[in-house]
Amino acid sequence: MNNKMVKSLYEKRTDKRKFDEIREISAAVGVVPSADGSAVFQTGSTKAIAVVRGPRTLHPQHMQDPRTGILRVNYGMMPFSVWDRIRPGPSRRGEEISKVCEWALSSVVDLSEFPNTVIDVFIQIPQADAGTRVAGLNAAAMALAHAGIPMKEMISAIAVGKIDKTLVVDINKDEEDYREGEGSTDIPIAFTSRTKKITLLQLDGKISPAELKEAIELGKSACEKILEVQTDALLNGNKEKDEVKSKKEKK
Amino acid sequence: MEKNGRQMVVPGQVIVTGNEYLPGDGAYRDSKDVVAKRYGVIDISEKHIRVIPVSGAYYPRRGNTVIGTIIDVLFNGWLIDFQGAQNAFLPVAEVPRYINRNELREFLDFGESVVVKVWDVKSRGIDVSMKMRGFGKIEDGIIISVNPNKVPRVIGKEGSMVKLIKDATNCNITVGQNGKIWISGNSIEDEVKTKNIIDFIINNSTANGLTDKVEKHIKSLGLKVDSPEIIKENTDE
Repeated sequence: MNNKMVKSLYEKRTDKRKFDEIREISAAVGVVPSADGSAVFQTGSTKAIAVVRGPRTLHPQHMQDPRTGILRVNYGMMPFSVWDRIRPGPSRRGEEISKVCEWALSSVVDLSEFPNTVIDVFIQIPQADAGTRVAGLNAAAMALAHAGIPMKEMISAIAVGKIDKTLVVDINKDEEDYREGEGSTDIPIAFTSRTKKITLLQLDGKISPAELKEAIELGKSACEKILEVQTDALLNGNKEKDEVKSKKEKK
Repeated sequence: MEKNGRQMVVPGQVIVTGNEYLPGDGAYRDSKDVVAKRYGVIDISEKHIRVIPVSGAYYPRRGNTVIGTIIDVLFNGWLIDFQGAQNAFLPVAEVPRYINRNELREFLDFGESVVVKVWDVKSRGIDVSMKMRGFGKIEDGIIISVNPNKVPRVIGKEGSMVKLIKDATNCNITVGQNGKIWISGNSIEDEVKTKNIIDFIINNSTANGLTDKVEKHIKSLGLKVDSPEIIKENTDE
């Protein structure tokens, strides 16, 4: 995994996972009936709900693009999502994450069929334990697909971390706050589903170029598993719901 | 994959590999692969591959019947909002009666509802027409909204479901493809009962044997259902 010559202080993960093991994930679509598309995505205790509305006419009018529709992403954490209450409403951090998520999703959606319109994506985090932007992206990609928006590919995202000198996949809050040795480095990465291109890569901390390459490879294989869950929720999710419904009716 | 007619795909999934297939709506070609661009059901007819969306917002198509509201009165027509991505334009020339061009509001005023046919869908906008039987201004009854993806279930095979409800409640039902349904009957009670039946269809849209369930539901409301044979005869015509 990492360079065994240098001993890392972080030898065992706080939640007893393997270094390349992601948290337990679950996903579903159609969770918000009033929306055009919606999805929920959960890894461990990080949960994200994404809602898609549109295509609809864009206001203010000067923002309209007659060549293509535009994508507008809004990310926000709910006040009760973490231990210290978060002030609701737009924040500097929220605006930044909205923007990077917008860029990550813009490269896969094809909105040329909807000129002068906007597609709004609202990402809300009801429960946070690190990796909220990647959970939000995973939910948003599913919600966009569920809304019937033309997309070249899906998007799956993961937060890889370097805790002291150990590379770990899908870091949680304890790992993010690790202060000993080299401390923690948080690297959220988003991959497209088919061509495996990177649409989001952020880095918070310190890492060597060689380790970064290794981290990206780790993220790529983790995203395969995430994509499986996303695809399964879209293809089989409704079927399960219907089965539950018909079982209830029989009873 | 061709054997299974109802196979679902998500965007980015390869549907088939090979140059002999052509990508249609909801699909695109990437070198040798035909890849899905939308979440939906694969539809292969001969060599033409389409992905039919199963959820999401309403996209107007030529020939659709839609129910909308007048949101603007221009010098040569009206702007209609029908819950789509864009507003539709109804020109004065597409209204089958004489209109005084200086007094457009005498015929259709702000907030009034109309049943119109989608005439043309361009990137510039959507043109609609009223020049056919069954289209025009809505003056009575109620309008309800349903999920546009479930409209085919309300209509049924060749209109069988709508006919079933019409015969039971004696109401006129006009189903807009945009998910708006206009119900007009002799009394408000009939209209409310019709709404009740349509809501039942929407809530049970994925159930097997929907027609039987709807018939049962209609009977439970104290209404008569014509025997299935008669319905079959009528739909065959």
